[in-house]
This record gives sequence, C-alpha cells and structure tokens, in this order.
Amino acid sequence: MAVRTEPFVLNMGPVHPSTHGVFRMRATLDGEVVIDIEPVFGYLHRGIEKLAEQRTYTGITPLTDRLDYISSMSNNLAYCLAVEKLAGIKVPERAEYIRVIMAELQRIAALLIAVGAFLNDCGAYFTPFLYMFRERERIVDLFEMVSGQRLTYNYMRAGGVSQDLPEEFMPALRKFMDMMPRFMDEYDRLLMQNEILIARAKGVGILTGEQAINCSVSGPVLRASGVNWDIRKADPYSIYDRFDFDIPTQATGDCYDRYRQRVEEMRQSLRIIRQAMEQLPSGPVRAELPQLIRPPTGEAYARIEAPKGELGFYLVSDNSIAPYRCHIRPPSLINLTALRDMVRGWKVADLIIIFGSIDITVGEIDR
Amino acid sequence: MTIPLSGKDVASKIEEKFPGSVVESSQDNLVVKGNFLLDAARFLRDTEGLDLDFLNFVTAVDYYDHFEVVYWLSSLEHNHSLTIKARCYDRENPVLPSVVGLWQGADLQEREIFDLFGIKFEDHPNMKRIFLWEGFAGHPLRKDFI
Amino acid sequence: MATGELSIYNLVKFQAIPPDWPGGFWWHWLFFTVVVIGFVLTMVMGVIYIERRGMGRMQSRLGPNRTGPFGLLQPVADAIKVLLKENIVPVAADKIVHWLAPVIAFAPALMIFAVIPFENGALLADLNIGILYVVAISSVSTVGIFMAGWGSSNKYSLLGAMRNVAAVVSYEIPLVLAIVGVVLIAGSLSLNQMVVAQDIPFILLQPLGFLLFFTAGCAEINRSPFDLMEADSEIVAGFHTEYSGMKFAMFYLVEYAEAVAISAIITTLFLGGWRGPLLPPWLWFIVKVMLVFFAMVWTRTTLPRIRIDQLMAFAWKFLLPMSLLNLFITALQVLADWPTQLIWAMIIVNFAVMAIIILIWSRFFFRLGWGRIEV
Repeated sequence: MAVRTEPFVLNMGPVHPSTHGVFRMRATLDGEVVIDIEPVFGYLHRGIEKLAEQRTYTGITPLTDRLDYISSMSNNLAYCLAVEKLAGIKVPERAEYIRVIMAELQRIAALLIAVGAFLNDCGAYFTPFLYMFRERERIVDLFEMVSGQRLTYNYMRAGGVSQDLPEEFMPALRKFMDMMPRFMDEYDRLLMQNEILIARAKGVGILTGEQAINCSVSGPVLRASGVNWDIRKADPYSIYDRFDFDIPTQATGDCYDRYRQRVEEMRQSLRIIRQAMEQLPSGPVRAELPQLIRPPTGEAYARIEAPKGELGFYLVSDNSIAPYRCHIRPPSLINLTALRDMVRGWKVADLIIIFGSIDITVGEIDR
Repeated sequence: MTIPLSGKDVASKIEEKFPGSVVESSQDNLVVKGNFLLDAARFLRDTEGLDLDFLNFVTAVDYYDHFEVVYWLSSLEHNHSLTIKARCYDRENPVLPSVVGLWQGADLQEREIFDLFGIKFEDHPNMKRIFLWEGFAGHPLRKDFI
Repeated sequence: MATGELSIYNLVKFQAIPPDWPGGFWWHWLFFTVVVIGFVLTMVMGVIYIERRGMGRMQSRLGPNRTGPFGLLQPVADAIKVLLKENIVPVAADKIVHWLAPVIAFAPALMIFAVIPFENGALLADLNIGILYVVAISSVSTVGIFMAGWGSSNKYSLLGAMRNVAAVVSYEIPLVLAIVGVVLIAGSLSLNQMVVAQDIPFILLQPLGFLLFFTAGCAEINRSPFDLMEADSEIVAGFHTEYSGMKFAMFYLVEYAEAVAISAIITTLFLGGWRGPLLPPWLWFIVKVMLVFFAMVWTRTTLPRIRIDQLMAFAWKFLLPMSLLNLFITALQVLADWPTQLIWAMIIVNFAVMAIIILIWSRFFFRLGWGRIEV
C-alpha cells in the first residue's frame, strides 16, 4: 500500500538550541530527510557598515569587536591591518609580536568553542563543551589582563596595540602554554575515536575541494576539503612569515574532517605562540600617530586568517577622518553558501551537525 | 605573498577578446562595462594563466552619481589577485548581471548588495532581501539614505 | 500458589508472603499504593539531584548547590517553579489529546512499580506474570508520548513522537528477549520469585542479557545515547516542546519515573533485587537502583547521540541477533541444568561467550557507521 506523503516546512530558529544565535533555517523535510533548506537571517543586523561611515578610523575598532564576538581580537587585527595599509602606517616590532600572540590565542579560544559546540550538536550533552570552556576561560583571563575586557577586547589600534603587556602576563601565558598540550590530548582521548561520533560525522556533509572553492568557502572548512590555502602562508600579513608552522589539511571534507582540522589547527597555533614568545622584542607598542587618522584617497583590502576563515576589511577613503565605505568580508556568511548543497538528502540530525561543523557566529553574518 | 595582477595587463587581454568592454584600468584595478561583466568574468576564471577561481568578496560603493560594484578575485593555484569593478549609473533601477553561475560564493553577497544598495542582479536564482524584511523602505547603505 | 511442586521453591528458604494485614487485601492495597507513589516521587527527586550533581561533577562544574544543604532542595525548588508557571496550550493544539497525554504517559510509569518487590513479599501485587505485566505496561507510555507529539500540532513534537514510537517498537524485542533468559533461569515470571531465585545475582549468569537489557532499556526511556525523541540540539525538546507548567512537570516526572522504573527492573532482574548482606532489604534495593541510574547518567554525559537510522539498525542488526543468541545459549544451559548444578562454569562460559560474540559481531557483522538506510 502506498502511503500518501507530502513534504513539510520546518522553521528551525530563530530561537533554537543549535543555531548558534538568532539564525533561522527554513528546512523542507520529507519525514526526517532534508529536501531543501533556506537560511534566513538578519535578526542581529545592526548596520555596522553604515555606522562605520559616521565614525573616525579609531572609533570603528569597538564596532569590529561586535562582529564575530567570540574572536574579537582577530576582528581588531583585520581592521587595524586595513587602516594601516590604507594610511601607510608602520607598526613597531613589539606590537607585531603581541598581535600575533593575541590573534593565535584568540584562534585557540574560538576553535575551542567551535569544536565544543559541534560536539554538543552531535549530542554529547554539554560535557565536551564545558571542558573546552574551561580552557577558553584561561585564555579569556589572559585577555582580561591586557585589555580589561572578557569578550569585546578592543585591544588593537591602528599602529599597534592599546597598551603594553602587564608584568604578570608572560608568566601566566607560559603556564597556559605548559598546560594546553595536555588538555588537547585529553580532548582527543575524550571523543576523537568514539564509535558513535565517527558513525555520526564520518562521510556526512561532504564538501569537495572544487565545490568549496567555487562557493568561496575559506578557513578550516576549506582546508578540511583538502585545499591547502591559509592566508597566513599564502599571503603572510603582520609577521607570520617569520614563524615555522604547518598547514594541516584533511582529505574528504566531511564533518569529522572539519572537526579534526580544527583540533589540529589549535596545535599549530600553540607552535606559533611558542615561537612568538621566544622572539618577543622590547620596545614601543604603538606608532606615534595623530589623534585622527586621515588616510589619503584610495582603497585597501586587508585580510587575515580568522578562526572561521578569511576575514577582510575593504576600506575606501576620501581623505576624511571617517571611511567613505567600510566593507567587511564575513567568513561566517560566505561559508554558509555551501550549506544548502551539503545538507540536501541528509537527515535532520545531520543538518544540525553539518551546520555546526561550518561554525558560524550570527554577529558576523548579520553585521 | 599574493601578487596583485596589474589591471592594465589584464585589461589589454580582455580588450583583445571583447573589444570595447573595459572602461578604464589602472595598476590596481580595472573597470568593465556592465553588459560585458559576465563575459569578462568567465574569461578571467577560465583563461590559462589567470585562473581566478576564487571570488574573495563582492561589494558595492555608492559614489552618488553611480554605484561601483567591486569583485575581488584571486587564484589559489597561482596565488595572485585582481580587483575588477563594474559601474551602474541608474539610481532608480540599477541592474548588473549576476556572477552566481560562475562563482557560487557570490550568492549571498549579491543578495546583500541588493538589500543594502538596491542593485538588482539579473539571473540570480533567489534575488530577495537578506537582512531586512520585505517592504523595508529604501536601501540603507546608499549615501542618500538618511 | 502451590509450593513444593516447582523445584526452585524447594531450593530457597523463603518465599513470597501473602498479604496478612488486618483487613486483608484492602489494607495491603491501600498501604502499598501510598508507598509506591511516595517511593516514586521521592526517588524521582533523588535521581534528579543525583543527575544534576553528578553531571556537574563530570562536566567540571559545580551543579546546583544553593538551595538547602549541598543543593539537596533543588528538585523541590524546581518543582515549585514549574508548578507556578503558566499553562500554555497552543491555539492549534488538539485540546483534549494535549491535556490527556501527560496523564496517559504518567500512569504506566507508576503502575510498573506495582510488581516491583521492595522486600521479600513487600509489593503491591505479586502477580505470577509480573514481568509480562511490566513489559506490557511500559509500552503504554508511548501512547501518551505520541499523543503529546500529535496533539501539540508542533512539527518538532511530531518528529520527536514519531522517533519515539519507532524506537520503542524496535527496542521492545531485544528487551523482551533479554528478559526471557532471566525467566528461563529463574523459572518464574513473578518478580518476587525471580529475586528469591537469585542466590547469586543474575548479572553474573547473564552478562550479555544485562548489557542488552540496559541498552534497550535506555533506548526505551530516551536516555542518552538514544535520546533522539527529545534531542535538544536537533528538535528542541521533542514531544514536550509545547508543554509548560504542571503538564510539563508531569512529563519531566515521567522521564525520571521511567528511568527509576528501568533501574528498578534491572535491579530486580539482574542485581539480586533487595537481597544483600547487613543493610535492610529496602535500603539495598534503593542503593542498587541508584547505582544503575548513576550508570545511565554516566553514559549521558559521555556519549554523543546516534542518528535515527543508526538507532534502528542498532536494534535490528545488533541487539536482536545478540539477544537471540543469548536466549539460545541460556536455553541450552538450562536444559543441561547448569543454573543449579554448574553455576561457576556457567558464569565463566557466559562471560566468555559474551566477549566473543560481541567482538565478532561488532567486527564483522555490524558497525554503527556502516551504510545508511535510504528512505
């Protein structure tokens, strides 16, 4: 007997435990199978690009904190690089090193959340998530020492960083660096070889390399698909060409590979921080700049390898104290382009983990 | 390091293939005519030696008398990049061809430009507002909005 | 019940005492009804506390510790909070079904305890088909859950309810087959008699049966890693998404009452029920129930959730053949009179058999990640 069935539309979100913020997926389902999805967003749209047109170049830095609010330091860095490129500012050596240390610590912190949230989406009821938060807490403590903030750090400035490292920072960082590798091993033992996780994530939501490039996907998601492309190596900004580190890649581009990719990237970040700590010179941390930066007419695009992918700022200057146009290239938004192709034909449960493995922050999608 | 391609060199190549398509070119970028945009883009993506297969971002800038849509392309293989631009002089009903067929990554970004600038991209599979709701009056990132 | 005929009755010294209360049957009935309700409600509070504190400990956080000493009053506070909440019924809901669902789901969870012995003979009804009654009654909760999913007219609820029905239908079979092994050894369907028959806990004689029952039981009551019906990261809260206030409290109660019930059945069938040295029997019983529940909390905090098709495949391709093999081997052993004659040989053989067939089956015949069932 043929049972008459019809697809139905399920609105996942905007308030849903695993949409990582106010994000909505309009999923068309056939029973448990996803036929089609359409991401709907804009619930957190604050018009940061418009706001930036009314502010001075220095005044935009706090706005960038609110983009991807779990990796504020990276946003600061990308924005400052763009301003420096536009205005031709030279950054002191020490500030470059501090920036690298902060950016890599931030990468670890953001990837910890990404991995934890992914495992949480897989149904490991908050245990890995809270374990990862435990270590993120230590990184946040370090950030609090230098900036006084715990989420929106607003630490970097065009031409350097806002203040030098406090005395207690380096010992604390050293202690953290001693602990972290052991914690990483602990995470690996916790779930890396878990039968259920492998069954859930391996072979699920495959994104091929060509597809990823065509969809402009960047960051760990791109590298998990086997494309060796990391802006830190391909187009070294700041002083990344001075460090010795590898770009891990994975083969298939399924959810499990994206998870592995993030874990391995954390280890590489630790390597970079260790080298930066050894080489850290003394000196000023901020270039001498006028109160109001007035870059010459022109445009500049500076990009960094943020934890989620290529984060870039495209600034157009008309020789005034505010940018004429400030465009943000949001990795979260653009990585979502591939979502529809990745989830079609999979089940609702897979939809959640594929979505989780892309790792988005709604603050960055909506801006 | 990613090498920025010279806009002038590439412009001459495009001009050779599609005469009259390039409006102007400089060291940093080149501006193509809207009706040639799709051909030029396909040429840039598929030509041996250029292979600009990665669309980093698409955005638009409002210069009061015209909109400029900026495409930042790069090639993962050769590690070079190129900025191409297209202009729209019609403020009431600006239209450009969509490049979604070439780079799928433009999908959400073109919708964003449509939402915030009001530039319509032809042949885009889903040309709807993305952040703001249907019926929102005006396009906020235009300079004349407030 | 005629004694002396069954050989097992002669082996053991004690047997079920018929109710000998003043007033006879009715007093007994009233007393144990109160006891059962009181027991279930207190145990639920206890296990909620254990779960929240235990999970807190395992997740490197504190867990509730503000209400009362060591946070002991947290379940009370939770209960009061949930009682004071507004009762929201969706406009599109089927009002009657929506209202009835928690009641129908809750009643069976309570009814299971009617046949669970707290001490020798201390039970509401010493049915001679006790375990059959348990199996029959425990499936009724599913009806309530499906009503909740359907009546809420919410798509998450419906998905959760459908998953629940599918899971229960599949997991009943290995569950029952695992029980049959115990029944064969004990020679009785009465839970009291089963405990009486356990001179050594049946977990030693039926290690595979215990694992199968534990797994299938977890799936039946939606405990992780089989908690797909209320998978919070996928379908928000499954069937009780649209419930609030007292009705939600009922479902919450059902969830934990069922967990206690399964723990109690495992205790009775496999861990020797109320039997144990030194401590009073009822205390032994409670301790064992808590231990089993703790194991459930442990799996919940450790394991990710499996997918619906893997859930089905696991039941039909792994648990079912395992339980059939287990039943076959047990039947042979009972036929050869091992449970009375060669207990120690039987323990060793059964542990070896368990290890070997699980190893072989999971290596060559079934892997969770193998293949997807295309719909």
